[in-house]
Amino acid sequence: MPDSLPLAVAADAFPVLAQTVHGHPLAYLDNAATTQVPRPVLAAMRRFEEFERANIHRGVHTLSQRATDAFEQARTTLKRFVGADARHELVFSSGTTEALNLVASGLSTRGPGRAVIEPGDEIIVSGLEHHANLVPWQAAARRSGATLRILRPDARGHLHKHELKALLNARTRVFAVTACANATGERPPYEALLALAADAGALTVLDAAQVAAHAVPDLSTLACDFMAFSGHKMYGPMGIGALVGRRAVLERLVPVRLGGDMVDWVSYTDAGLAALPSRLEGGTPNVAGAVGLAAAAQFIDHVGRAAIDRHIGALRARAVAGLTALDGITVLSPEAAPSAIVSFVAEGAHPHDIGTLLDERGIAVRTGHHCAQPLLDHLGRGPTTRASFALYNTPGEVDRLVAGVARALEVLR
Amino acid sequence: MTTTTVPTVAENELYQDVVVEHKRAPRHYGRLSAPTRQARGHNPQCGDDLQVELVMAGHTVQDIGFHGQGCAICIASVSMMSEAVIGRDTAEVQALQQRFRAVLTGQLEPGEADLGKLVSLAGVRRYPSRIKCALLGWHALMHALAADAGSTPGAAA
Repeated sequence: MPDSLPLAVAADAFPVLAQTVHGHPLAYLDNAATTQVPRPVLAAMRRFEEFERANIHRGVHTLSQRATDAFEQARTTLKRFVGADARHELVFSSGTTEALNLVASGLSTRGPGRAVIEPGDEIIVSGLEHHANLVPWQAAARRSGATLRILRPDARGHLHKHELKALLNARTRVFAVTACANATGERPPYEALLALAADAGALTVLDAAQVAAHAVPDLSTLACDFMAFSGHKMYGPMGIGALVGRRAVLERLVPVRLGGDMVDWVSYTDAGLAALPSRLEGGTPNVAGAVGLAAAAQFIDHVGRAAIDRHIGALRARAVAGLTALDGITVLSPEAAPSAIVSFVAEGAHPHDIGTLLDERGIAVRTGHHCAQPLLDHLGRGPTTRASFALYNTPGEVDRLVAGVARALEVLR
Repeated sequence: MTTTTVPTVAENELYQDVVVEHKRAPRHYGRLSAPTRQARGHNPQCGDDLQVELVMAGHTVQDIGFHGQGCAICIASVSMMSEAVIGRDTAEVQALQQRFRAVLTGQLEPGEADLGKLVSLAGVRRYPSRIKCALLGWHALMHALAADAGSTPGAAA
């Protein structure tokens, strides 16, 4: 790997950003929904599709071997990216949602033996979660006869260790939390929360979707059994993500996708499961996606995680300061750090109207409930307007956002 | 080109003065004392949530009220709708809804639709993601009209 790539050079590597929208240069501030893809990632995927494409793990021919090597090399790169060691394994999924569903379903479904989660057990989920880290646990609780408990944030949207301590008991089987709340940008003390839950004997689950692009958790230092992240939120392709976790607990998951490549032996009446990671990767995987995801991880490390995180943190601070100075604007979790997300509500102006007016000025933001309706209800908020930053965003774009919101308020009030 | 002082197309066509004025001071906002029919319009994606209440005299809308929350397009649309349907019979209201919807979905030109004040919302047709905002109150109204008298609140989205 050559010396680190300067941010300004890296920012030029994203072809989709070089366009105008409604006559204005695109200011793409919807990165918490999806980041854009740089040329090195596109090139890696294209190289695979043009020179290496074949099905994996089953052919004796040259291309099949190349494709298998590319897929397994991607796994190795990504394991290193998240600090996985020999105790860990990484399973490719279609994204964070599928990875979290695999965990929730795999722990609550009966396999040859009993399900890991048993009737009377308890599942604790934080109240900051995206629907993808809540709804699967609701279903898991129903399926297994367990009780779902919510670690509620305080009125300002913060999670507290003592609140978790009060919920933990001998029947707690799972604790699931996000590394950054997608709806508010809140950055909970997830390291301490995971450690507390693990000490109490719970399996721990971390949704890392919103931090993988700039502040990826280091599994080697975390009391984390399962961590999920998505390619398309870290400059990688859509339709690929990963579940990475401790081998010993991954082995306890009952597979969801049954079929080829995940079995050891098969008769007409029964089958034996393959070893990890294959047993959780039934069917032909998204190999080009895995190659692209690994290239995205390398791109991030080439630029430097610390440099990206500093840059994004400065943009968020600038946005918080600018928006807070506007009349009748409330920023959620204003002091959250590190966080790429600024989410706000405006008196007398609905997010959808603000979003449409910003789009007319070439500024892309997200509006609505951000798949976190219970959290916004709990905080007494309706829908919000959310801007979220990536390495290619600039202070000038933040200033356009603030000016655009100010103008929208003039029009709407 | 990036200056914020030049009005955008949306500011001129979507958020016309009459639209913003209805959003600021919606007509027929509030609860009726004795509605004979009611229905809810709810969009879980954005949180817009309206309750439309009617007093029917036979097939005629004698009174209408609505309450809830929504974006400017949603509120302006249901406010203008309330003014437009009062005193009209069910068939006329349904026909107006169909013409309004056809304008928004591009199947009918605004000038040919006889929409009255509602024509000021015709600009929504250029913003496909906002059409559901403009139709939310209408969905609730259609639901209320189709419901049996005295029915409990139903969901329409």
